[in-house]
Amino acid sequence: METILDYIEYLQERYVSILEYSYEHLLISFLAIMFGILLTVPAAILLTRVKNDLFNSTVFNIVNVFQTIPTIALLAIMIPFFGIGLQPAVIALFLYSLLPLLRNTYAGIKSVDPGIIESAKGMGFGQAKQLFTIEIPLALPYIMSGIKTTTVYIISWTTLAAVIGAGGLGDLILGGIGLNDKFMIFTGTFIAIILALSMDLIFGKVEKKLTR
Amino acid sequence: MEFITELLSYMAENKENLLQYTFDHILMVIYGIGMAIAVGVPLGILAARYEKIAPFILSTVNVIQIIPSLAMLAILMIYFGLGFTTAVIGLFFYSLLPIVRNTYVGVKEVSPNLLEAGKGLGMTGLQVLRKVQLPLSIPFFMAGLRVASVIAVGVACIAPYIGADGLGREIVSGISLRSEIKIYAGAIPAALLAIFADTILGFMERRTKKRIV
Repeated sequence: METILDYIEYLQERYVSILEYSYEHLLISFLAIMFGILLTVPAAILLTRVKNDLFNSTVFNIVNVFQTIPTIALLAIMIPFFGIGLQPAVIALFLYSLLPLLRNTYAGIKSVDPGIIESAKGMGFGQAKQLFTIEIPLALPYIMSGIKTTTVYIISWTTLAAVIGAGGLGDLILGGIGLNDKFMIFTGTFIAIILALSMDLIFGKVEKKLTR
Repeated sequence: MEFITELLSYMAENKENLLQYTFDHILMVIYGIGMAIAVGVPLGILAARYEKIAPFILSTVNVIQIIPSLAMLAILMIYFGLGFTTAVIGLFFYSLLPIVRNTYVGVKEVSPNLLEAGKGLGMTGLQVLRKVQLPLSIPFFMAGLRVASVIAVGVACIAPYIGADGLGREIVSGISLRSEIKIYAGAIPAALLAIFADTILGFMERRTKKRIV
């Protein structure tokens, strides 16, 4: 009981800084995912147009390597190039978001029934019209579910951005480890989980709306 | 160019330390994954056999995966203290999802015809599980093991924050000392270790798949 009261007092005292950490956290995740989407959606569409299988598998292998490298190693490798702070963190997390986004968009476009594309061509659709009115709308569920899972994971990984001085909820957790402060650790953890789960929920809703 | 020679000479000088870190790193991963297999495979089989508890088991391991790795280690530190054991427990929790999920999917994916055939031969439920479902689910399990190993190698890099060793030590001290050489001396072996695990287990996954088909 006393711990709960203590905790409420802690929250009252610190809520401004907690909100600030949450804001930083969302900002880093959001930037990384936005850049990820901006690059991967057009790239995946281009890849579906490439007939050379070797080229495609090479591209996927390269993005897979980014995914394999330990998060903290990738973040640390950014320091010599981009220093510390927001920028290297966003770049590292952006590299992480590439594989799932690329794979889902690619699979989505590939999954469109060739018969539908044939009939579109037969109706005289041009390349662009075919892409925007047929392929992208039909691939949208795949693309959205890629964005959803990636967002959840990126929010979780953003916690590590604090290690290279980018801030976010990881700062609370690292501080908690340093000071052996349970409240800081739990607050950081819970907010990170709640952010991830609510993104999952929101994107799930959007996904349902779009696919209906 | 100069940087590479500098890095190499640093790595040669600190060979013993780096090897020790690599060894600790691998040991941590093996213990964590070993525990995850010991717990995860039975959980996956249970989930596949008893549909009622499947959503409960799967969503629990799913939520564990969403907990940020640093946070997981920090919370475990509160209860288990600093050190190697705590890191291993963290790796265990983190490797659980791919192993449980893939065992579940693997056992589920076995064609109902084969199950019928097994029953027709007079096998008991347990025999069907042991002689039909489990052998056929191995490729799925291997795929899960591969994902789990890559995750575990990655999370093990954060272990120094809770007082365990491993290649993360070099990375973390490199970050705090702003020493590029230290960062690379830790990050490159760690990255290679993850890529190595991914490649080897990917190769084994394809081989088990071939043997069945």
